[in-house]
Amino acid sequence: MLEPTAQQVKDEKLYLQLGMTEEEYDLAVQMHGRLPNYTEIGLFSAMWSEHCSYKSSTPVLRRFPTKGERVLQGPGEGAGIVDIGDNQAAVFKMESHNSPSAIEPFIGAATGAGGVLRDVFSMGARPVALVNSLRLGDLTEPRDRFLLKEAVAGMASYGNIIGVPTIAGEVQFDQCYSKRPLVNAMAVGLLNHEDMQKGLASGVGNTVLYAGAKTGRDGINGATMSSSEVAVEENDELPVMQAGDPYLEKLLMEACLELVHHDALIGIQDMGAAGLTSSSAEMAAKAGFGVEMNLDLIPQREEGMTPYEMMLSESQERMLIVVKKGSEAEIIAIFDKYGIEACAVGHVTDDKLLRLLHKGEVVAEVSVDALAEDNPVYNKPSQEPAYFAEFQAMENKAPQVTDYKETLVALLKRPTIASKEWVYNQFDTQARANTVVAPGSSAGVIRVAGTNKGLAMTSDCNSRYVYLDPETGGKIAVAEAARNLICSGAEPIAVTDCLNFGSPDKPEVFWQLEKSADGISEACVALNAPIISGNVSLSNEVNGKPIYPTPTLGMVGLIQDLNYVVTSDAKQAGDAVYVVGEAKPEFGGSELQQMLEGKISGKAPALDLAVEAKRQQDVLAAIRKGLVQSASDVSEGGLAVALCEAVFGNELGLDVTLTGEAVTALFSETQSRFVLTVAQEDVQAFEAIVTDAKQVGVVTNNNTITINGEDGVLVTGTTAEFRDAWKGAIACLLK
Amino acid sequence: MKFAILTFPGTSCEVDMQHAISTVVGGDSEIIWHKDADISKYDGIIVPTGASFGDYLRPGALAKSTELAKQVVAFAATGKPVIGVGSGFHILVELGLLPGAFLMNPSLKFETGKVNVRVNNNTKFTSAYEQDTVIALPYAQQFGTYYVDADTAKQLQDNNQVAFTYTDESFNSTAAIAGVINQQGNVLGMMPLPERAVEEIIGGTQGLPFFASTLKNWSEQ
Repeated sequence: MLEPTAQQVKDEKLYLQLGMTEEEYDLAVQMHGRLPNYTEIGLFSAMWSEHCSYKSSTPVLRRFPTKGERVLQGPGEGAGIVDIGDNQAAVFKMESHNSPSAIEPFIGAATGAGGVLRDVFSMGARPVALVNSLRLGDLTEPRDRFLLKEAVAGMASYGNIIGVPTIAGEVQFDQCYSKRPLVNAMAVGLLNHEDMQKGLASGVGNTVLYAGAKTGRDGINGATMSSSEVAVEENDELPVMQAGDPYLEKLLMEACLELVHHDALIGIQDMGAAGLTSSSAEMAAKAGFGVEMNLDLIPQREEGMTPYEMMLSESQERMLIVVKKGSEAEIIAIFDKYGIEACAVGHVTDDKLLRLLHKGEVVAEVSVDALAEDNPVYNKPSQEPAYFAEFQAMENKAPQVTDYKETLVALLKRPTIASKEWVYNQFDTQARANTVVAPGSSAGVIRVAGTNKGLAMTSDCNSRYVYLDPETGGKIAVAEAARNLICSGAEPIAVTDCLNFGSPDKPEVFWQLEKSADGISEACVALNAPIISGNVSLSNEVNGKPIYPTPTLGMVGLIQDLNYVVTSDAKQAGDAVYVVGEAKPEFGGSELQQMLEGKISGKAPALDLAVEAKRQQDVLAAIRKGLVQSASDVSEGGLAVALCEAVFGNELGLDVTLTGEAVTALFSETQSRFVLTVAQEDVQAFEAIVTDAKQVGVVTNNNTITINGEDGVLVTGTTAEFRDAWKGAIACLLK
Repeated sequence: MKFAILTFPGTSCEVDMQHAISTVVGGDSEIIWHKDADISKYDGIIVPTGASFGDYLRPGALAKSTELAKQVVAFAATGKPVIGVGSGFHILVELGLLPGAFLMNPSLKFETGKVNVRVNNNTKFTSAYEQDTVIALPYAQQFGTYYVDADTAKQLQDNNQVAFTYTDESFNSTAAIAGVINQQGNVLGMMPLPERAVEEIIGGTQGLPFFASTLKNWSEQ
């Protein structure tokens, strides 16, 4: 098949099929100085896609606080890096793989984990933990049950085979995600400062090496595809998906981690979205150089691949590496040890061009700045949706509940609240034996090998709050993530984000994006946790309906002394049960509201960042003094759920008395609240530190959960009956 | 006493094993890459867990075809100790050093957790435990169901070759077998992972006596 000529690309407007607008094409022509040929327009379309250029979200991302005393590398590289003392640093990033997962969830989720791991080890860091965040329909439809099963299996297979433990994550369910799941994966790595790498192609004459899997025709135009919405019904036009190979990536990872100690290494970058195009253009642009590659030298899996296909392929498990001229043989030998193919494919130039040769001819010659730096940026129109004023005008009030116990049991069975054991039991949570707290607690904790320090990690976002009130919802997402780290005994140090939204061309969606970014920024500043990396996934819609705005936050905290790690399980009978924070009748976006009314409305719970910060500091101070036996925050389902969950793990019971109106006391989702248990001998010292804490009762060993109100018993039952409802719910829904 | 911890392409849990051995007095080990290795000089061999060769074809099947695998067979014949845990057990079975075969877990899924096993302390790998003591060890496996035919199961039991037994029907293994030794008593394979239970903070300490027994008994050889 003959490729269209440059003139045909223009006359037949072929760029439209590649996701470029007429204005963008005109801009490309102007920058290029002549009509781009088919390969060249392919490079432009990929690099200017939302996925690679963030052209719609850049104005929003600029609002994020990205600096801090610990930040060694902020957004713009494969992953962000924060100092954790002792010459060590934590490296992490969260990334979405929503579009591929909607089509083929096993492969989509697996390659999501694979891609974000490459982002971390390309910085020179050894990945030590995986975290994942999933959003699915409520499991009433077979397609959504299939998506959950396959996405979990895919993530598990990649992490388990590569041997990186999955130690935290979350899954939430709402019909807004039906057939359009969110699959966000986060990887966390560790490095010594001197091993820090960047994706730079510098030094004229230095050699560009290609390492890893051969290039095939898989995932061509993936970056463009993932920037558009998926019409699930139209199965006949599905693109070719890129498959992952965790075994190959394991070998690639080991080779790259050996490589980072080599003096000849200049720069290294994963071939992620837009594969060879983005890695070569970005590495050159960042360094202020150009790159020339001979495509005949690219290892190819299929015969007769065109330059266009090679440059736009998203075959997995490939890295682009720049090394000092003359060192090629030594570097290739490192890859050879692991059976990884590596070869020289080009060199660094001083002309700031990406020049591609194929069969003796120059087939593309494009400015790397035009591709990677000077992409169009849009200030999209933004408009407050009509629903917002309507919801804000609604009064906060508690819904009617007649049977408290029945309601509590029903809430415990809601998949968003229920135990996620069915999910995390499929992950190897202990590989390489540094996992201090495995999934099931507020946050996962991994030991920094060879030290007494730990890293805690979590991912969070309640998108219902964000939908009702993006600014407050954004703040809550940050606050909740930080609370989860605090509850483990960690001080939050940095954030990665995955902004999952609908189409940015809808002014209402763009408004959600802007407002939530404002809320996130304000909370990150208040809680001293800068954003060091992230990813944007727009156009998450099915048949024109956007998902709830879901800015998922991955947060990492530092534990100074692993002797003071706390989990969410109460430890022994007799310990005092404390609640920090008073409940208000805040039910907007609550699990109870959704359960009773089948939809959400009203105001999101309010959040006072000053109160939040103070309580977090107090709780952390108490934990660091060894005064807290267990800790968890009050989130979906409210205090009754949090109290129950505290005693499920160790088969204990509790007897507590709550004040105030019963439905609010039991089920409100008022923010900035904690449930803590404290040994009797520490009660005084604890109360002196956590001044907002109020004792509500004690942990018992009679296997009974009793919650009293002002006028007698509200809920009582055996621990087992509540636990069984909570523990088996997801497996039951999947049958 | 110095162990060689063998790594094939894809092996990922060699570091856990090295750490576990170092927690026992006198425990020393070296991580060995499968190519260019001469393992004859070591006092013992450990095949750690992790997906060697990506677990492609069948866990352990491709490791069997390496040059190093032949050395492992020769090493076992010398009577020095050879230990395989998790996927390392798969490899020893593939090599024919231990009887049996593996099936996928009854759930057909990868599973992680802790499992109770009863210890037979009448082996050189387990003598530091009380006889019939029940310990909880971590596991992480997709092919965790050990299978031998009824005659072999009886032989294993009669010859005192069953080192660890599940206390319930976990994984539906034949005769609830979780770990076995060969007839000579120098090759052990087990699915639970004692190396992930040598510290209070990481999964408990119930794997420690395994390393204590192994080092004590085999260094006295």
